Amino acid sequence: MRIELNGASVTTDADDLAELIEEQGFAAAHVATALNGEFVPRGARANTPLRDGVRIEVLSPMQGG
Amino acid sequence: MFYGTDLTSRLMLGTAQYPSPKILRDAIDASGTQVITVSLRREGAGGGDFRQFVNASGCRILPNTAGCHTARDAITTAHMAREMFDTKWIKLEVIGHADTLQPDPFALLEAARILCADGFQVFPYTTEDLILGEKLLEAGCEVLMPWGAPIGSGQGLNNIDGLRRMRAHFPDIPLVIDAGIGAPSQAAQAMELGFDAVLLNTAVARATDPVEMARAFGLAVAAGKLAAGAGLMPRRDMAQASTPIFGTPIFETAEVI
Repeated sequence: MRIELNGASVTTDADDLAELIEEQGFAAAHVATALNGEFVPRGARANTPLRDGVRIEVLSPMQGG
Repeated sequence: MFYGTDLTSRLMLGTAQYPSPKILRDAIDASGTQVITVSLRREGAGGGDFRQFVNASGCRILPNTAGCHTARDAITTAHMAREMFDTKWIKLEVIGHADTLQPDPFALLEAARILCADGFQVFPYTTEDLILGEKLLEAGCEVLMPWGAPIGSGQGLNNIDGLRRMRAHFPDIPLVIDAGIGAPSQAAQAMELGFDAVLLNTAVARATDPVEMARAFGLAVAAGKLAAGAGLMPRRDMAQASTPIFGTPIFETAEVI
């Protein structure tokens, strides 16, 4: 299926958010995730199924003011 | 006290725009700050290195919701930050206009209400508006962060009378001047007015020598806090001799007008 990952269109075989994080090579313990604008806690990723067209944000710490 | 945390240094320092990670590290040390602000951005832009940097900083982390223009975006970002940095603290920014970067008071209040109810300890980036301040406190905020001037402008305190009124109106609430500070003298002025802390970033990061400027700001904030505690003399319209008049010798007989 095709999803939107951090603003880019991505084809994935992952069934859920935890699999996607693994598949895309993110450090699962060191990123925060959201699906369609809603926060998904680390522990809930495996119970969060992906559907075609969902928007995923994977964020990490960055400098800020 | 900032949500039960006492801070010796009343300078809070942003971590963006420094020439290098080493200069940022040295600036943090030179400033004496105990609180640094951080952000969340899409993974893939060097987040791993910065995470290690943050963990090693020894400072309290104040994550922000910079760049959010709606309450919903800010709330989602706050939740992500809480998990990422393992803190209830959140610097809540809900920007109302892309050019002025001034807060959207309505969305700010909505987001603050929801986040406070969810256990966050919210540091709202707000204006000097007293009614908005009251509503934010009713929403559960225990700190207010009025702007000094537009973010990154370096103009200092644009509305000193308004900020003075805010200080007087909320005598027991920790108030932090956030944004617009360009020079250590302006930070000292904020502290002399009785504000509890100053939060700034660009003035240090964009200085010719950020480390020395960080040191200067640390000293200025400390000096301003001491001055506020010591009680400033009242301002007078006219001169008043500081040397005693009594015992002044008279050398000439010319008539004094």
